[in-house]
Order: sequence, then C-alpha cells, then structure tokens
Amino acid sequence: MATAMQAVSPREEARPEGWGRPLIEVRELTKHFGPVVALAGVSLTVSAGEVHCLLGDNGAGKSTLIKTLSGVHKPTGGDFVVDGKPVTFSSPREALDAGIATVFQDLAMIPLLSITRNFFMGREPVKRVGPLSFMDMDFANKVARQEMRRIGIDVRDPEQAVGTLSGGERQCVAIARAVYFGAKVLILDEPTSALGVAQTSMVLKFIRQVRAKGLGVIFITHNVRHAYAVGDRFTILNRGRTLGTYAKTEIGLDELQTKMAGDKELQDLSEELGGTV
Amino acid sequence: MAERSDPGTPATPIVDVVDERLGRQSWYQRLMVRPDSGALAGVVLVFLFFTFAAGDTGMFASDGILSWMTVTAQLMIIGSGAALLMIGGEFDLSVGSMIGFSGMMIAIPTIYFDVPIGVSVVLAFVVAMAIGALNGYIIVRTRLPSFIVTLASLYILRGLTIALSILFTNRTIVSGLKEYSDDSFVASLFSAKLFPGFFQWLADNGIILKLPNGAPAVPGIPMLIVWAFALAVVGHVVLTRTRIGNWIFASGGDANAARNVGVPVSAVKISLFMATAFCATVFAACQVFEFGSAAADRGLLKEFEAIIAAVIGGCLLTGGYGSVIGACLGALIFGVVQQGILFAGAPSDWFQVFLGAMLLIAVLFNSSIRRRVTGER
Ligand SMILES: Nc1ncnc2c1ncn2[C@@H]1O[C@H](COP(=O)(O)OP(=O)(O)OP(=O)(O)O)[C@@H](O)[C@H]1O
Ligand SMILES: [Mg+2]
Repeated sequence: MATAMQAVSPREEARPEGWGRPLIEVRELTKHFGPVVALAGVSLTVSAGEVHCLLGDNGAGKSTLIKTLSGVHKPTGGDFVVDGKPVTFSSPREALDAGIATVFQDLAMIPLLSITRNFFMGREPVKRVGPLSFMDMDFANKVARQEMRRIGIDVRDPEQAVGTLSGGERQCVAIARAVYFGAKVLILDEPTSALGVAQTSMVLKFIRQVRAKGLGVIFITHNVRHAYAVGDRFTILNRGRTLGTYAKTEIGLDELQTKMAGDKELQDLSEELGGTV
Repeated sequence: MAERSDPGTPATPIVDVVDERLGRQSWYQRLMVRPDSGALAGVVLVFLFFTFAAGDTGMFASDGILSWMTVTAQLMIIGSGAALLMIGGEFDLSVGSMIGFSGMMIAIPTIYFDVPIGVSVVLAFVVAMAIGALNGYIIVRTRLPSFIVTLASLYILRGLTIALSILFTNRTIVSGLKEYSDDSFVASLFSAKLFPGFFQWLADNGIILKLPNGAPAVPGIPMLIVWAFALAVVGHVVLTRTRIGNWIFASGGDANAARNVGVPVSAVKISLFMATAFCATVFAACQVFEFGSAAADRGLLKEFEAIIAAVIGGCLLTGGYGSVIGACLGALIFGVVQQGILFAGAPSDWFQVFLGAMLLIAVLFNSSIRRRVTGER
C-alpha cells in the first residue's frame, strides 16, 4: 500500500507475476469450541489477484474461519497451506508476518488510544538514536492521516482518541490499517456494515485496487450487491460447512442471494415486504 | 515492516490545513485531557496549603525538604512501576512483601553465609524478578485477575520472609550489615550522598542549615532520590516514546484486540511484573544500606501506597490510561502531606483521612477524564 494508487481497472492493467497462484488454501478445516462445532469442514482457496467473497447467514462460521486464517484461533483439524507450505500460526503476529492482514468484525481497536497509536499498534515505526529506538510519532501521524484521507476520511487530529470517532470512522481506521499492512492477503470481515454510501463505494474501490496489485482479498459481507460488485468467486458457508464455490460467470445475482440464505424460500418473504429484500 | 521509511505519495496531496471542525484548543483544554492534570492541580493545592499551615516550621528549609522528598522518592520508585503495570491492565499487591523479602535476600546471605555483598544484591534482584515473572506467567496463562494471584503472593512472600529469617538467623531483624558493606561499590550505589562538597559549601555560606558540629543538615543528595528520578524518567520515556509503551497501553486497553493485531501481550505483562519487582528491590536495597539492617516486616502496606500514588496520578484502575509523571506527582502529594501534617503539629491520624478522601476524589476525577477522552457521556 505504500506505492501510489492509480484508479485503473484491474482488467486493463498488466498483471503482476504470479497472478492466480494460490495464496491460501484450506481443506476440510474444522474448529470446535468445546462442544460447539463452529466449523465442520471448510475448504477454500484464495489466489493472488482475486476477491473471494465469503457469504452465509449469521452464525454460519465466517468469522471463525477468518480468525483461524489470521492466527487468532488454532484449527482443530484440517489442512492450512500458505504459499504452498503448511502452516500453524500460534499468534496473530505470525499471520501478519506472513503477510495476512485482517479487519476483524469487532475491529480490534482500543478506544482510549489515539488514531495513530491504534493504526500502528503492534507494528510501530521506530527511529534509532544510538542504541535506543523510539517510536517515530511524526512519521506515524503523517501516514495515519494520509491513509485515512485515501479512504475518504479527513481526520481532524490523528492524536484524537478512537473512542470519540463515529462507528464508521472507526471501521475506516481498521480498514486503512489492514490495507496499509497487508502484504499478501487482505481479510475484511463485514467492513462496510457501518459505512455511509461514499465510504462504502470507497472501500469497494479499494478492494479492487488491492486486487489489481496482486493481493488476495477475502471479503465477508451480508450485502449481495456489494459482493457481486467486486467479487471474482463466492464461497457459501452454512452451519460450518462450505456449500460450494462459484465463479462470477457461473452464477447470477438472484441465485447467489438465494444460496446465501441457505436456499430458504426468500421469495415469499420478499413479496410480503413488497419486493425490497 | 515497521521500519518502513517511504510513506508513498497519496492520491491527493496532503495540505496541512487545520480542519474547520476542529475548534482551537487552548492550552487549558489540552491540559485537561492529560491523565496527570488532576495530580498537578493537587500538588499546587497541597503546596499552597502547607505554605500557609506550616510555612514557618522549617518544612521548606533544607532538612524539611529532605524529609518529605525522602518519602516522595520512596513512593516514586514503587509508584512508577505500579503505574506502568496498572496502565498495562494489572495490579501487583505483592510489592510490599517483595520489599521485605528482597531486603532479607540482601542481608542474610551476606551476614550469615559469607556471600560477597555485590553477589547478594545481584541475587536479590534476580530472585525478585523471577518471582515477578512467575506472578505474571500465572496471570497470563490462567487469565485469573491479578488482584487474586498477587494477593496470594503477598501472603506467601511475607510468610516466607518471616519463616526463612527465623530459620536461618533466629530473628526477624537482621542488623550489622554496615561492616560488610562499608566502602563497597554496591552500598554507595544505593546509599551514597551525592555532592557532599557542594552541600558543605552551601552550609558554610549560610544558604542551608548547619548543624552544631559544623556538618550541613543535608549532607548531599541521597541515591534514593537519584534512583527515584532515574526510574521515573526511564518509565516515562518508555511509556510515551517507544513501541513498548504503545504495547503497554494496548495490552491494558483491550488485551484481546491488542493480541489480534500482533502485540505480544503476554510478554508485555510478564515484563511489567518483573519491572515492579525490580522497583521493589531498589526500594529495599536503598533501605537496607541506609539503615544497615533488614527487617521481615519492611514494606508493610507499601503496595497500597504505590497503587494510591498511581491512581492519584491519573491511572485508570481498568488499565490502558495513565502516566508515570502523574504517579510521581501522586507520590509528591503523599510525601508532602504526610510530613506536612507532622510539621504543622496536627495528629498524624489525619493523614489517613486525607489519603482516603484524596483517593476518592482522584477516582471520581479520573472517570470524568476518561469519559472526556473516549467521548462517552
Ligand atoms: N469463542 C467461541 N466459543 C464458542 N462458540 C463460538 C465461539 N466463536 C464462535 N462460536 C460459535 O460459532 C458459530 C459461528 O460463529 P461466527 O462468528 O463464525 O459466525 P459468522 O458467520 O461470522 O456470523 P455473523 O454473520 O453473525 O458475523 C456461532 O454459532 C458461534 O456461537
Ligand atoms: Mg461474523
């Protein structure tokens, strides 16, 4: 994210090397929390230069899956391969070091700390003075402000506590942070749930730009239009299992929506509500 | 990753115009959101009060200053550690017991087992910090509240100190350390008085009080005070200027969130427990070399004094917010009031009343600051 971003469509741009190479592969991944089976066998491949949408109802296991990918949870079983090598992350730090950056559903923000300190939390820039190293606050403030402006938020003061930001602004800090640090894979767990129209389209544009640079993106959303707008492939989760993965060419918007709801009859409800669902 | 130097060029150039939604903040408003502003106000009030109440009693003469600075410095040493730990989201109730324990760790091997004094001191630091690490390890592994775990170590350590000193020496006060420590480097590290010549000169010229025997009333700056300021400066710089400081704030603010973005929360917390143990041992060493003796009941209730200093200094009990400078100001209030009451000739029982009231006011004040910072209402 350090380089300048031009607004070019990914289709026109020359594709970086390694396009389409699988970055993350999971096979038959399971995760149990004591007696609770959150993931009962999930398989998924995310390739470089792909936006992979993860769809499913509440409690389907989407957040659990991406928390496993980002090193928060250890899988109970199954294979987890990054860049062709099997991995077991023992902490989120290891996942970050492997180039996997995540926007968690709960954002992982500290309300009492400033925007800048939250932005660089765990990855603080340092400058050396002899044998000592200090946090480079000027640089950090500058970058935090600049990355926030990129996402369409003008922060008043990067030293402002995150607790005083609006919900959407907070979400933008988390997204800007993950985009800035994501080197290989960017995971977004419902990043647009609290965003205004302008910020949402900014985030969707962002996702495209990130893909254009050859990163893999995992995008979780409940909004099928947002998913369809940026997604290349769609994996549907239901009750901890993958129902299937579909390329954009294979599936239409309506069919996707039906599948997302676990093939329940949305049609009746939709008619009842005047076709607005 | 963190050492990246090129921030890249943004799509839109950043012009540093002041946002129109950002009202001009006066220095007063900026001061009010600092964690230590309450303690600063307290210091001013306390000094004003005692200038009137005890201004003519010698409280602000050189030896008077030394008396309340000694109390302040002692509390600064353990208060700085307690503040860092509290900002990191934990408490250590075993600080007081640790002071007694470390003192005995220095005295007993030296006097009864012919261990060189330097080795005893190093050993005391190592063992104390190992116990601190164990406290921290139990807390991060079991996720039990540090209140309970360190309450257990409060009793275990105090009991061990008394039991072991009776076992090895048959007494609970071990004295006679002076003959082992005289002229040794470690002894002067903890009990020397700096700049004796300068203070003699001050006394000779009538700037500070001279004793009848010709020596100055204050022979020099005690190492205790040097340690207090050194620890406070290091603590303050680490907290506000380094990445470890950011990790401390993050670990105390929300350990889970911090862990999820790659902060080594467990390592931070364990290190903080080791730091408080280190501070307790510095406190103990200064006392042991000053008096030439160790006692099993040293440091009684010091854990609460350290926590009080930190809270008066603006640290939130829930973690994630506070300052080392604030804790030092809290220690100063403590020292000035405790000694000031004696100088003013009031019964010293009033000190406890004052302390309790001060604590209550500080907690109320802190929670209002917290609301202002986080925008809660
Ligand atoms: N730490 C945990 N302990 C026990 N059960 C858990 C834990 N985390 C998740 N679960 C359970 O696992 C299931 C999947 O949860 P998850 O958060 O992954 O759902 P989700 O697909 O992200 O839903 P949503 O769309 O509402 O965010 C839920 O039934 C939840 O109760
Ligand atoms: Mg979720």
